[in-house]
Amino acid sequence: MTDILGRLLNFDGTGELLGLPFVQNALLASAILGLVAGVLAPLVVGRGMGFAVHGTSELAFTGAAAALLLGISVSVGAVVGAVIAGLVFGALGLRRRERDSVIGVVLAFGLGLGVLLLGLYSGRASNKFGLLTGSIVSVDASNLWVLGGVAVVVLGTLAVIYRPLLFASTDPDVAVARGVPVRLLSPLFAVLVSLTTALAVPIVGAILVLSVTIIPGAAAARVTSSPLKATLLAVAIAEVALLGGTVLSLAPGLSISGYVATIAFLAYLACRVIGRARGAVRPG
Amino acid sequence: MTALVPAAGDAGATTTMGSVSIPGPAPSVSLRDARIRFGERVLWDGLDLDVRPGEFVAVLGPNGSGKTTLLRVLLGLQPLDSGTVLVDGHPARRGSGRIGYIPQQQGMPEDLPLRAADLVGLGLDGHRFGPGFGLGLAGRRERRERVAAALAAVGATSYASSPVGRLSGGEQQRLRVAQALVGDPAVLLCDEPLLSLDLAHQRTVTDLVDARRRTADTAVVFVTHEINPVLPLVDRVLYLVDGRFRIGAPDEVMTSETLSELYRTDVEVLRTRGRLVVVGAEHAQDHHHHEAHA
Repeated sequence: MTDILGRLLNFDGTGELLGLPFVQNALLASAILGLVAGVLAPLVVGRGMGFAVHGTSELAFTGAAAALLLGISVSVGAVVGAVIAGLVFGALGLRRRERDSVIGVVLAFGLGLGVLLLGLYSGRASNKFGLLTGSIVSVDASNLWVLGGVAVVVLGTLAVIYRPLLFASTDPDVAVARGVPVRLLSPLFAVLVSLTTALAVPIVGAILVLSVTIIPGAAAARVTSSPLKATLLAVAIAEVALLGGTVLSLAPGLSISGYVATIAFLAYLACRVIGRARGAVRPG
Repeated sequence: MTALVPAAGDAGATTTMGSVSIPGPAPSVSLRDARIRFGERVLWDGLDLDVRPGEFVAVLGPNGSGKTTLLRVLLGLQPLDSGTVLVDGHPARRGSGRIGYIPQQQGMPEDLPLRAADLVGLGLDGHRFGPGFGLGLAGRRERRERVAAALAAVGATSYASSPVGRLSGGEQQRLRVAQALVGDPAVLLCDEPLLSLDLAHQRTVTDLVDARRRTADTAVVFVTHEINPVLPLVDRVLYLVDGRFRIGAPDEVMTSETLSELYRTDVEVLRTRGRLVVVGAEHAQDHHHHEAHA
């Protein structure tokens, strides 16, 4: 037991590792992802899109696996797969019942196809495993540019559509009456989520994308109902989870996803406890 | 308000006001020869309706008679098949800032990430893309002040920062009124806002709407299947039944004779203790799910 704990929480040489360029790239990638995912998370939670995000990440995995097989950039493959998924799911709008089943169908097919594609791939096994559980060691400078570019696009678009999107997400009937183009915003937001998901897949892995796109938003919703405070708190949780997970994973040499998911989960538990202690979601 | 002859409309013989100029303020809502059709089915045709500033018009009729469609036309969400529609002097358009809208009360999830003041604020600039009131301090202060004033006007200041999902149905509906009025509309459209509210809260909402139209001359178009809660406020009734309609004061429209004509069956309107009870309309149209107790 102590052995295992010792392996998991091991800081031997962490300091030296932090000085290495590829580790710094990884930290930068984590920071960018944390910012974007944290901003999106409360909206994903508010729109009840958790399952859609999971489905999107599986399709990003399919795209990445196909890219690996074809020998093109994994990031590009993930983005293509995720955006296709996002457009399909976004077109489904807010009718939850229909949405759930369609997402389930597409997700299962995408995951199966991805596994098949990985099976055909004869390259390094760590590349395969990395797509499912994440491996930021592979984040190089070109990936950083893609990540940064997508972050600018996602945050820039959100800056323009944020208020109508919040309106459409929380109060759809009145938003329609007030002329908000709800049907346009739904696929647009789905694409933004897809892009973020696609970037998260190589870092935290397809299986654990939810740990940065859902948990921070769900945790924040437990302690505040202010959209602004919820966003700030979600960003903080996502950053702590991703950066903390990266640092903790260095010395043990394990994949970061377990660390990220654990930190995010602990933050969620803490927020639940705080929310409960206050008796209710407190004003403000 | 100048006295104005109500436009009396009927599918067969329509008395239009045509181009006769009427003294007094320009109407807040003006429909001329309006027609809506879904496939083969004509919802209404030849509808002429002027709603004056400060006037309260109740829209009644069974389900499927086109009450909500009328609101959608005024909101610019549904184009007319023919005729014209003006709101505050301009053709109806999507996202008009001159319209406030109150929906029917429906429960909001407890964990909805929105406070009362946020809900009201969305009524002010939620439809605007970009920075809205601007990122500057002056713009933000103006926004905050207008939201605070709207909350105060409906007596909701004490729960301004409470999560909307944790408020009672009555409190939520007060916020709906504030959300609709915060943009200072010329026309207030209400779509069954009293549904699923108890009598005390119905009274609160109708009193707030009434106060608004008296103090700010806001025209009110109030879709409801139950006229009694608003009967004291109603200036005119638009009663729609299966393509036929009648417009006039409640005393003229809510009679056994008129409703029998509209429903094409024997309908009796009873007046008891200041309330109207309509008997017979329930069976008039078996092909509709029916709730026409006016």
